[in-house]
Amino acid sequence: MSFGTVATMTDDLATPDAVRTAVRAFLDESFDRDLPLRTWLERLTDSGWASPQWPTQWFGKSLSSDLAAAAFDEFRKARVPGPPAGLGRMLAAPTIIAHGSDEQKQQFVRRILTGEDAWCQLFSEPGAGSDLASLQTRAELDGSEYVVNGQKVWTSGALGSDLGMLLARTDVDVPKHRGISYFAFEMDQPGVEVRPLKQITGDAQFAEVFFTDARVPAANIIGELNGGWGVAMTTLMNERVGLGAGASLNFPISAPAGRRIQEQFEQSVGEYVDKVSKNRTIVGSAGRNMGLGQLIDYAKKHGRTDDPNVRQQIAKAYTLTNLLTWNGLRAKAASKGGGLSPAASLGKLMMSNVTRQNRETALTIVAGAGMLAGPDAPLGGSVATQVLFTPAPAIYGGSDQVQRNIIGERVLGLPKDPDISRDVPFRDLKVGTQKNS
Amino acid sequence: MSMAFNEEQEELRKSVRRFLEQKSSSADVRKLMETEEGYDPAVWQQMAEQLGLQGLALPEEHGGSGYGFIEQIVVLEEMGRALLCAPYFSSVVLAGTALVESGDEAAQKDLLPGIADGSTIATLAWIESPSSWGIEGISATAKRAGDGYTIDGTKTLVLDGHTASLILVVANADGGPSLFAVDASADGLTRRKLETLDMTRKAAALEFSGVKARLIGSEGDATGILERTLRIAAVGLAAEQVGAAQKCLEASVDYAKLRVQFGRPIGSFQAIKHKCADMLLEVESAKSAAYYAAWAIADGTDEVPVVTALAKAYCSDAFASAATETIQIHGGIGFTWEHDAHLYYRRAKSTEQFLGSPAEHRDVLAGLLLAGQGS
Repeated sequence: MSFGTVATMTDDLATPDAVRTAVRAFLDESFDRDLPLRTWLERLTDSGWASPQWPTQWFGKSLSSDLAAAAFDEFRKARVPGPPAGLGRMLAAPTIIAHGSDEQKQQFVRRILTGEDAWCQLFSEPGAGSDLASLQTRAELDGSEYVVNGQKVWTSGALGSDLGMLLARTDVDVPKHRGISYFAFEMDQPGVEVRPLKQITGDAQFAEVFFTDARVPAANIIGELNGGWGVAMTTLMNERVGLGAGASLNFPISAPAGRRIQEQFEQSVGEYVDKVSKNRTIVGSAGRNMGLGQLIDYAKKHGRTDDPNVRQQIAKAYTLTNLLTWNGLRAKAASKGGGLSPAASLGKLMMSNVTRQNRETALTIVAGAGMLAGPDAPLGGSVATQVLFTPAPAIYGGSDQVQRNIIGERVLGLPKDPDISRDVPFRDLKVGTQKNS
Repeated sequence: MSMAFNEEQEELRKSVRRFLEQKSSSADVRKLMETEEGYDPAVWQQMAEQLGLQGLALPEEHGGSGYGFIEQIVVLEEMGRALLCAPYFSSVVLAGTALVESGDEAAQKDLLPGIADGSTIATLAWIESPSSWGIEGISATAKRAGDGYTIDGTKTLVLDGHTASLILVVANADGGPSLFAVDASADGLTRRKLETLDMTRKAAALEFSGVKARLIGSEGDATGILERTLRIAAVGLAAEQVGAAQKCLEASVDYAKLRVQFGRPIGSFQAIKHKCADMLLEVESAKSAAYYAAWAIADGTDEVPVVTALAKAYCSDAFASAATETIQIHGGIGFTWEHDAHLYYRRAKSTEQFLGSPAEHRDVLAGLLLAGQGS
């Protein structure tokens, strides 16, 4: 993750070895397994090591991604927990650092790193998916506050979140991209109702969020009033990078986040690390991709390894999974730690391809057993889960079709598809499947 | 392992591209592909004298420049991009590599300098059946005769076999499959040029009837030599495919910006734009595959068998898909003889099969993975 600004690097952290030495020195001085988790996260945050790729003046050390990777590698060796890995750190913090006021950075970013606040993303609506700019949730000024009415959907982790990155319409008389504002929105208030949304896997990782005269201070606008679209682009770009490249810039173990679970921060670091390590299951960067090794073992055990189709599918899964990694390494080597690039969309699209391939490989190997789910199904039901989850990465974080538009227009320079709604005042638009009122 | 080219390698790429833009234009390619020889001896000589391309990665002690496989890959990628009509793959990549891999110092001393300075055009004749690429398909025989050997048998798909002056032949001797050098003017050798789908790359069928031959290495060595040579050649071919696929992508995107239908450039339609986006993803992934395999070969890692199979399979598919979509994006004009799209399509479908189809390489890859190789 990087912010497109020229990094001002302190001279003593100019090489990977120097970074490793500095991390070890910091750990010797500040880390102890008996510390309460809260104290450790505060020390880590104030040291700048929690997100060393962030700017020095905002909780980081302005390290290039190569140097930051060296730091994370040291933390991995030491089995040290880091800040929460959720949407606060992945999306909200980089967005606020790029667009927020200094007060907002102080107010929000530190609490993300220390796990005091958990964040969710209040972007998509029933009528605004790929065409996010057509969103209808309204925010109307009332004194020093905005009053929010409308509905969001596909909100991950809405129930446990303290704050939301809220996109709401603040001007309906201008075209759709120019009347949106970006708010840091308090979730715990009477005008907010969260309803879990059951998805095709049967789980409910997402929620619908309804706003009825909910309130947010005008001071919580990130960036300019009606300038929210540009701010949202920073969030979305970070999301694509995180979903595609397989975010390698992270601690091996992440802290939890949220006001509701602050008692967890009283336990010792050691206790927390042991608990998390024990419960950890191996998941790929898509969250649902099974390891090929598991599938190969299954194929061997069930006499499937001479089937030519099985062999082709094993090779294809291995190929795409490795190409995803190698593409990421090449992009990183080429950018020399530079800013976010629209090429991140290639990684996002590749991840969808990898996920689809893994589904086909798994089903080809297990054959008829792919008809089963739950405990009767192969590999404890994980094949069934993979099959059901596979459509998701091709939709979330910008669908495959949206990524192809971005690649076509912003990487290859092809002309934009004319958007007939682009210059029409929002109040005159038809949106989603309903007539805008 | 670094995943980027250094400055010197990028410079090499630039100078080879410049040279080929001048010497291997579309007009040059079209002229040469209609000739019997299929290459321009003057350009071949300039490649050797001005740029040192034939000897680039051959050992210094035998007239080469001693550069590594990465530099070789850069050159092959540019040659693929330009559809260069020249016996480079046959002489340098197949025959040159086979000699280097043979470990036969005396033969290298005698034969490599000519390959390196372009005065010798060499090739490797091992294929007898067009569906068998390895040592198992070989039934040509070599019998001891005096202090040499005589070879009997037939070979096909011998790249530039009709123009080469030095032919390396794989045949079965008493001690097993072995590599031999044959002078193309030797008695008992009949050469017939074959008509090829890819007119920019010539091939011949050869008949050996008691042809005098020199053993390279020892009897029985050819199994290992051929295996190593074909792995290196597969990645070399993958690099050619990557260069050609990149050119297809550029041609398609340029045309999609230019061609107007229904009052808009066709590239503004998602039907075309999305094809281009997928093509970019596949071409970029093909680069990752070819480069990673090349780096593995250059570093001599134990990943080589896995990643070479992966690279040849993926790059073949990516190039075939890019060349096919290039014709589709160009529409009717893409199906005309005058447009270059068919030249790339011919190269794509031909190299897809050469050295083993994508499915064959995936089967090899799966076998290696099932045997516990690969990470």
